[in-house]
Amino acid sequence: MSELHAATTADDDVSWSQWKLMRVKFSSHKLAFVSIWLLGAFYLLALFAQFLAPYGPWQPSPYAYAPPTRVHLFFHGKLVGPMVYRTTIESDPQTFERNFVVDESRPAPIHWFVHGAPYQWLGFIPCSLHLFGVEKDAQLNLMGTDILGRDCFSRDLIATQISLTVGLIGVFITFVLGCLIGGASGYYGGVVDNLVQRLVEFVTCLPTVPMWMALGAAIPASWSNLKVYFTITVILALRSWTGLSRQVRSKLLEMREEDYIVAARVAGATDWGIILRHLLPGFASYLIVNLTVEIPRMILGETTLSFFGLGLRPPTVSWGVLLQDAQNLAAISTYPWLMFPACMVVVCVLAFNFLGDGLRDAADPYKE
Amino acid sequence: MRSFFRNALVRYVARRIAWASVVLVLISFFAFLVIQLPPGDFLDSYVEELSRSGMGVDSATLVALRHAYGLDRPMIVQYWEWVSRFARGDMGVSFLYAKKVNVIIAERLPWTLALTFASMLFTYALAIPIGIYTARRQYSAADFAASFIAFIGMATPGFLLALVLMWFFYVCFGVTMGGLQSPQFIGQPLSWAKVGNLLMHLPVPLVVIGIGGIANLTRTMRATLLDELGKPYVTTARAKGLPESVLIRRYPVRVALNPIISSGGWLLAELFSGDTVAGIVLGLPTIGPVMYRALLAEDMFLAASCVMVMSILTVLGFLISDIVLAYFDPRIRLG
Repeated sequence: MSELHAATTADDDVSWSQWKLMRVKFSSHKLAFVSIWLLGAFYLLALFAQFLAPYGPWQPSPYAYAPPTRVHLFFHGKLVGPMVYRTTIESDPQTFERNFVVDESRPAPIHWFVHGAPYQWLGFIPCSLHLFGVEKDAQLNLMGTDILGRDCFSRDLIATQISLTVGLIGVFITFVLGCLIGGASGYYGGVVDNLVQRLVEFVTCLPTVPMWMALGAAIPASWSNLKVYFTITVILALRSWTGLSRQVRSKLLEMREEDYIVAARVAGATDWGIILRHLLPGFASYLIVNLTVEIPRMILGETTLSFFGLGLRPPTVSWGVLLQDAQNLAAISTYPWLMFPACMVVVCVLAFNFLGDGLRDAADPYKE
Repeated sequence: MRSFFRNALVRYVARRIAWASVVLVLISFFAFLVIQLPPGDFLDSYVEELSRSGMGVDSATLVALRHAYGLDRPMIVQYWEWVSRFARGDMGVSFLYAKKVNVIIAERLPWTLALTFASMLFTYALAIPIGIYTARRQYSAADFAASFIAFIGMATPGFLLALVLMWFFYVCFGVTMGGLQSPQFIGQPLSWAKVGNLLMHLPVPLVVIGIGGIANLTRTMRATLLDELGKPYVTTARAKGLPESVLIRRYPVRVALNPIISSGGWLLAELFSGDTVAGIVLGLPTIGPVMYRALLAEDMFLAASCVMVMSILTVLGFLISDIVLAYFDPRIRLG
């Protein structure tokens, strides 16, 4: 803070650029600073999810609803590196309850860089390398398994790909819609402005979740996963562009009258020249802030829709889809590890909110 | 002067009402779209339902039915049929519940209104005092705690909160918090025991429905009040010796309440969203869960009516908050 203070108040010749001021102000917001690293880690996780996951997301096993596997470092008091014990399933002859019996005499070491379930990295590079794994006759389920015995840890990891990109693509659509509609509204003014403002009011009047649900339910069951995915992002963006368009409009209206814009016009600059060269850089930082704030809402929207079965659907793996398994009390209290995606949602959305807060402060570095 | 004031307010209100009715027409288009969007018409799903239960429908009957329901006529005619019937209170028949849609809505509307109203009061009752307190004691432990909870509240999806709260009550007290009353009270005449039971069930839905709005309004209240507290008029009032509590209540809080009032309509839309989510997870007797079931079953008349009713309520909410704001803030009605 004091560094910033010195830069903005000192009378000497040291004057920092706007971007430098923003950077300094941003890093003084500690939560935002931590959040940006956390989110970076999240997106890295998403990028290498299949490599980090020991199993494929749809790879079934007979170990349905297995609790998280315990990883041991010592075997009979000797340090042997990370390993798990092989587990067998036995059913109780009286209650028919299935029990997982850990066989402490048969350790299975965890191997690094193993070949396992094949996948397509980035969607097109065929690959089968995984960071770690165990032999086929052992199970390594760091987060337990679901009803089909699929590894929850792998599914949670791979779900980050869909859930985190829904926000980005949705925000891109929001950005395009908001800039075009808000820009037209602010730039042309008059009738166009009036119509657009009414449209914005209309969209704001629709209750969000019921509207999302109605549109989500209308997606035909026959559509491919990819098509459903993009439709969901469009549905989420249909509501969120209004906020951005309002911002763009008011900023345009405000800046149109600024001295330097008038000067540029008098000097003979073209409309587009003024918009691109002078207006856009002037509120780019506001746009970024607004978009950052929209991303978590999109993530929450996708999760909610998918949770209720009106958004993405299996076999697509997203946080909301995974949480469908945790829809009732019995499931949560018996298999609490099914709730783990919820923690990821909360952490990720929190981080985005803090980031937005920090960026909002940084966007206006002259304000104390 | 007085007649001028009246006039301006009346004109403002008239303009808002005219606009609200335009919005309602637009919303009716949207709701009709909801009916039309799924592939096939509702007879298709009805026939499917029938054949699943073993009853076949021959094609001649189908054509006759289609004609009887007017499904063979152009879209715009169908829309007009639907919307004029809706306006007269005839919302069609739900095959899911095998009841008239308006009967279903009438059963659930009072609960929806009561719950939404209660959660609105709850939201204001929490958000405004907390906002004022945290602004006056900026950076205190209480401020950090409130901000922290607000951030968590904004980051937790409603359904998750509902699940976690239900789980918490189930594990700690062994009670299932679903619904608004215990099963033995349903259909019973009103009694003290019933009211008590109702009140016991109320907190969980209120928190789930209200959390997003509370978090948001608290932060708005805090931010605007902080802005106001730094203004010279506050310093002047303080210098003149006005007691702090009177000063805060009389001037900056009144200014800071403006954005809160103007967000009334937005809050209502938010509450209906929360109500839908909470209603489904907690099994509340509100409109949201009906809409959800109707959408899943493609019972489109029911779904569209639910969307319509909730939207009408939201538009009314926006209208009321606009009028209240105009009443309190002359700049709006004269603007």
